[in-house]
Amino acid sequence: MSPRAAWRLEGLGFSKVYDYAPSKVDWFAAGLPMEGALSSVPTVGDVAREDVPTCAPEEKVGVVRGRVRRTSWDRCVVVNEERVVLGLLREKELASDPTATAEEAMRFGPTTVRPDTPAEKMAERMRKRGTASVVVTTPDGELVGLMYREDAEHMTDEQA
Amino acid sequence: MPKTIAREGVRELLEEGAQVVDVLPSEEYGESHLPGAINIPLKELNRETTERLRRDGPVIVYCHDYL
Repeated sequence: MSPRAAWRLEGLGFSKVYDYAPSKVDWFAAGLPMEGALSSVPTVGDVAREDVPTCAPEEKVGVVRGRVRRTSWDRCVVVNEERVVLGLLREKELASDPTATAEEAMRFGPTTVRPDTPAEKMAERMRKRGTASVVVTTPDGELVGLMYREDAEHMTDEQA
Repeated sequence: MPKTIAREGVRELLEEGAQVVDVLPSEEYGESHLPGAINIPLKELNRETTERLRRDGPVIVYCHDYL
């Protein structure tokens, strides 16, 4: 639809026409601002905790474990230089061989969700699957944060 | 010829004051749209409805998905 609109605008005399082909789906999924009726619906991006610990794939598990344990967190997201999510170190992996690299120990390819997913809907899906937390990324795989189901439930309870 | 752009390109053009046109039906526009976007549904895109846009400035158009 947008390519036709772009060509139509050129035909109407517009000289600098750009077609955002990935569309508003891409925009909102990246957690960027929205206007309209749905903008007041709490989303995963609203409740995601952005301060989740991260580490590089080549870091040693023992070093990462020490860093994570100095916080209130029990997990760490493994990201590359572009903050693209590669894997997850949960308690189990953090307790594994301290000389292994994060890449060797991590749980590869954790399930991720986009920031524009409605928080209530996500909490319901997680409840059915017995999942407590989920990694939130942009459509390009860049880390946004970690969402806890209890945070989403708390927020939707407050809205009710 | 219209240029296809990605998200970063949109962000840069918005900072430069680009105009944004959502060509979806008004109901869909009402639900959600990009900040500052105006709604001109594709079927209504004509000389009259685009009068409020600057013809010499950048205009970004989008719809819902790759459809």
